[in-house]
Amino acid sequence: MIRTLDVTKIYQVGEMTVPALNGVTLTIGRGDFVAIMGPSGSGKSTFMNILGCLDLVTSGKYLLDGIDVSQFSKDELAEIRNRKMGFVFQGFNLLSRASAQENVELPMLYSGINAGERRQRAREALVKLGLEGREHHLPNQLSGGQQQRVAIARAMVNEAPLLFADEPTGNLDTKTSMEIMDLVARLNEESHITIILVTHEMDIAAFSRRVIRFLDGVVVSDVKQGE
Amino acid sequence: MVISVWSTTKIAFRALWVNKMRSSLTMLGIIIGVGSVIAMLAVGQGASEKISEQVASMGSNLLIVMSGSITSGGLRMGSGTQMTLTLEDAYAIERECSAVAAVAPMLNGVAQVVYGNQNWSTGIQGTTPGILEVRDAALVSGRSFTEQDIRAAAKVVLLGQTVVDNLFGSMDPVGQIIRIKKVPFTVIGVLEKKGQSIVGQDQDDLAYIPVTTAQKRIIGTTFAGMVRTILIKARSAADMERAERQITDLLKQRHRISPKGEMDFSIRNLTQMLQVAEQSTRVMTLLLGAIASVSLLVGGIGIMNIMLVSVTERTREIGIRMAVGAKTWAIRMQFLVEALTLSLSGGVIGIIMGVVTSKILSELAGWTTIISPLSVLLAFGFSGMVGIFFGFYPAYKASLLNPIEALRCE
Repeated sequence: MIRTLDVTKIYQVGEMTVPALNGVTLTIGRGDFVAIMGPSGSGKSTFMNILGCLDLVTSGKYLLDGIDVSQFSKDELAEIRNRKMGFVFQGFNLLSRASAQENVELPMLYSGINAGERRQRAREALVKLGLEGREHHLPNQLSGGQQQRVAIARAMVNEAPLLFADEPTGNLDTKTSMEIMDLVARLNEESHITIILVTHEMDIAAFSRRVIRFLDGVVVSDVKQGE
Repeated sequence: MVISVWSTTKIAFRALWVNKMRSSLTMLGIIIGVGSVIAMLAVGQGASEKISEQVASMGSNLLIVMSGSITSGGLRMGSGTQMTLTLEDAYAIERECSAVAAVAPMLNGVAQVVYGNQNWSTGIQGTTPGILEVRDAALVSGRSFTEQDIRAAAKVVLLGQTVVDNLFGSMDPVGQIIRIKKVPFTVIGVLEKKGQSIVGQDQDDLAYIPVTTAQKRIIGTTFAGMVRTILIKARSAADMERAERQITDLLKQRHRISPKGEMDFSIRNLTQMLQVAEQSTRVMTLLLGAIASVSLLVGGIGIMNIMLVSVTERTREIGIRMAVGAKTWAIRMQFLVEALTLSLSGGVIGIIMGVVTSKILSELAGWTTIISPLSVLLAFGFSGMVGIFFGFYPAYKASLLNPIEALRCE
């Protein structure tokens, strides 16, 4: 359960202060599938970074499962990301010199899981995402869709209840985009993973159950998609 | 939570392997540094070991009592110009000074020694049986003098190796008769080889005869019982000063010198002189090592340089690791281990190079080189410290990165 209370974020660029978020109050329930939309500069990525514990608020409160994490230290945030969050990015962000298997093992490396279990769980995650036989391929030996699936495997391998997807289909063709989004939707339905998706494409946002639109750092609409 | 050292090391090795050329050039700095530290210490320790050997060959805890100087028309002629010491002084010292272990009065000169058709000019040293203990000398064959030989002024001689080689070749000289200044002497023993002294003097080119025989037959005296010097061995290094004081008091009394009067003899501490030489080579060794460590330092700066480049190049990797939950210390650890891997593998190769270099030096230049386990350990430890020291700043820099900015970096 995610709850923000009047969150603001102001960037300091040289002498200038640039407000990115101007008081956002939102609640996202467990198991929800939310799409965050808005033009560039609207604050949607900043908001996602804050929800993903990659960035800190300037003021306001961010309650994650009832705990105010807005004043957490860098290392405390790292631990929360490790245990509760998975990330999928537009540019895949895989380690280029590590195999698919090793990329998936990465979050477990930092949660102190032993090598045997790491290997087994990473393999299982890859198999589940249809990447059997590609465990030892390097990212540049995989197609874009396959790379994104490795990234999804990495995001869910630690059994994180939250998945952040920042333009996950931005680098993919339409067909592959639909496949990836199907996969994400299935994770939400079958594993009840809360999904927060940032996109500016309507057909991608259509997979979600709730669309939140940002403009100039504030929420301008928050619509539940009827089912 | 602990990330196994093994996985961290594996990551480090892979990162270094990707840039083989760069990694090996960086390592070269450490290799040269560690190699020269090892080689320099080996040379220095070899030199100081050689000096220690020479010090030991002189005899340890050695004091030498010398006759005083003549003052003639206001001109002081230097130590040993006025003969004031006697055989009785030597016996008195042996009897009365508790800090003294052994005493050997010396009356020496140079004479031609003849055996058959061979002859050789050597140092003839009239002395007493105490000489062997004083000089830490040993016999390889035959026997030493006895008190009886001294009392009877027997015509017996102990020969040094050099004299034996020149007169007898490979023949056993014990029991043979040689002539010193036409006086026939029976060879009763041969001294063990001592080699060169610290000033390059051959310590085996000599013959010991009873001091009384020297006084009466070979060297002669200006007054009864005269000896030129008295060699003293103190009981221990700690007893040197006490021995010196006891001898001074005793000889002043025996020579009837008032407490404030000018002494007609002087005492020198030979061991102390040699210890100074020993100490100066030790300082030299340290100096050589210090100069060599400068190159190790330069190697360390090379590591820091390359690690900083590496951190910049891998900003996005750092961002990814942070996003999936790497904490500050895990990032720091990763780069520190990488720097350590560079410096320690450089250290190991450097040790091998250093050992090879010092072997080559001792083969080609004939220098004594000694590689002590301590210097190897020191060099290895030092290279590790260089890795940590110069790896820390890049690792620290990496850990301070902001994950969002790092992820955005291409």
